[in-house]
Amino acid sequence: MATSAVADPDSGLTGAQLAARYGLTSAGARPSLPSYVRQLWSYRHFISAYANAKLVASFSNARLGRLWQVLTPLTNAAVYYLIFGIILNTQDGVSNFIAYLCTGLFVFTFTQAVVSGGVQAISGNLGLIRALHFPRASLPIAVTLTQFQHLLASIVVLAGIVLLDGEPLTIEWLLVIPAIVLQAIFNAGLAMALARLGSKATDLKQVVPFVMRTWMYASGVLYSVDNFEKHLPDWAAQLVQLNPLLVYIELMRHALMESAPVTAPATESWLLGLGWALLVGVVGFVYFWRGEKEYGRG
Amino acid sequence: MAELITAGTAASATTAANGARIPTVIVDDVHIVYRVHKGAAAGTNSPVAALRRLLLGAKPPTVREVHAVKGVSFTAYRGEAIGLLGSNGSGKSTLLRAIAGLLPATRGAIYTQGQPSLLGVNAALMNDLSGERNVVLGCLAMGMSPAQVRQLTPEIIKFSGINDRGDFSSLPMRTYSSGMAARLRFSIAAAKKHDVLLIDEALATGDARFRRRSEQRVRELRAEAGTVFLVSHAIASIRDTCERSIWLESGVIRADGPTDEVVPEYEKFMNRS
Repeated sequence: MATSAVADPDSGLTGAQLAARYGLTSAGARPSLPSYVRQLWSYRHFISAYANAKLVASFSNARLGRLWQVLTPLTNAAVYYLIFGIILNTQDGVSNFIAYLCTGLFVFTFTQAVVSGGVQAISGNLGLIRALHFPRASLPIAVTLTQFQHLLASIVVLAGIVLLDGEPLTIEWLLVIPAIVLQAIFNAGLAMALARLGSKATDLKQVVPFVMRTWMYASGVLYSVDNFEKHLPDWAAQLVQLNPLLVYIELMRHALMESAPVTAPATESWLLGLGWALLVGVVGFVYFWRGEKEYGRG
Repeated sequence: MAELITAGTAASATTAANGARIPTVIVDDVHIVYRVHKGAAAGTNSPVAALRRLLLGAKPPTVREVHAVKGVSFTAYRGEAIGLLGSNGSGKSTLLRAIAGLLPATRGAIYTQGQPSLLGVNAALMNDLSGERNVVLGCLAMGMSPAQVRQLTPEIIKFSGINDRGDFSSLPMRTYSSGMAARLRFSIAAAKKHDVLLIDEALATGDARFRRRSEQRVRELRAEAGTVFLVSHAIASIRDTCERSIWLESGVIRADGPTDEVVPEYEKFMNRS
């Protein structure tokens, strides 16, 4: 009973002291990096469910539904075949130009879609962010996952195109799997970095299409990569070879095609691809985590 | 006796060993500033105006800062139910979001015990997806395991009553009436157990039958939770559930005390203006 005589032993303490005394934690504090990784892992079911939901929702108003997942790349390939294969009859010194073009196009589209989705991953989901508690990195990762599923459908289409274009089916095709996994890690890092940038600078959304178009021309999608060496000064051609998207496109061409013009031998491309994936994946993740507390302020 | 209180029972006791009340939420001089992007106002969003702003280095007029909460301080203790009163736009919902850690405080600090949960009507759901998929997604987002979700999904759908008039749970949410959507959202949010529970106007959804059911559910949640905050414009439901009330006006606390004293003051203020 003696203790209850003290009316309020906590009077005179500041909020922070009182909080420390009773073990309260700061609301919405940023978790440490390891615990953030653990949180993210425990939300893996949410991430995959969210990615799937986005995929289903994007087709829900179309009568053909998820058939568009295959129809979209197929239509894309048909348009490019019409323009480059029939009207312009571009060969550009490449014997199997259509397979060459579609490989580049589908790999590039993966990153392009992730970038434009990643920029809006935070700014376009403020309702969700302000209503529920979850590690925010779930959103850019889910964007990557959704587009990864689109890529898988494109690869089925691509395999058909490449075979029809006269390429043989070889054991090397299995290298497609590590190639797209590396690209997916690269893309996830990119999406996280851009999600944080996009949450602050809302004008970024308007700039992205132009950046991506420039990037496309630097990645040798629509023409043979031989053009870089032919038309660029030496240092610029060297620089273009480091372009991560060119690297991932070449990895795919190495895997699927017997004789395609490439800028670098396979080993070099694999090392570059691995390096880019680790660098961008880790830096993007850490950069995103550092802003965790800020998301949601509009 | 104090020594006999073990860690397990201490969690459910409302006072500490020395007889002091245990704080669960400490709000310490909190300011919250929103940055709002206004829609294009006439004349301010023309290319010429935008260029002039760029050249003169002026702030774009489409971004406005809203000082929603201005220096609010209070401490909530275990076992308390606190009603938040105030006219529209007084900062109640903003404050709740900040306590839930969903909106960062611009200045000051908020300390909480465990992770507070905000039970609101605006938990974002996907309109293109079926009600059932939304339930799964919402539960996963609240941190439930897939096994828990599987087990709870039928209960949640039953509680929401959306299947009372045929099988609506497999239809996209955009086909729902606003009342049905609100009922489903509430049912999802109320499916979880909470340490500190923040309820934002969630009781106002649905018809009378659903309101009775949801008030019952909130009482159950209150019994499980340590501290409950309730935002409502229905004075009666604050009188029924809260013994303490905080009255916010324009982001500043006007009164903080027993509901019986604060509510009459608030009613007088609302009737005057």
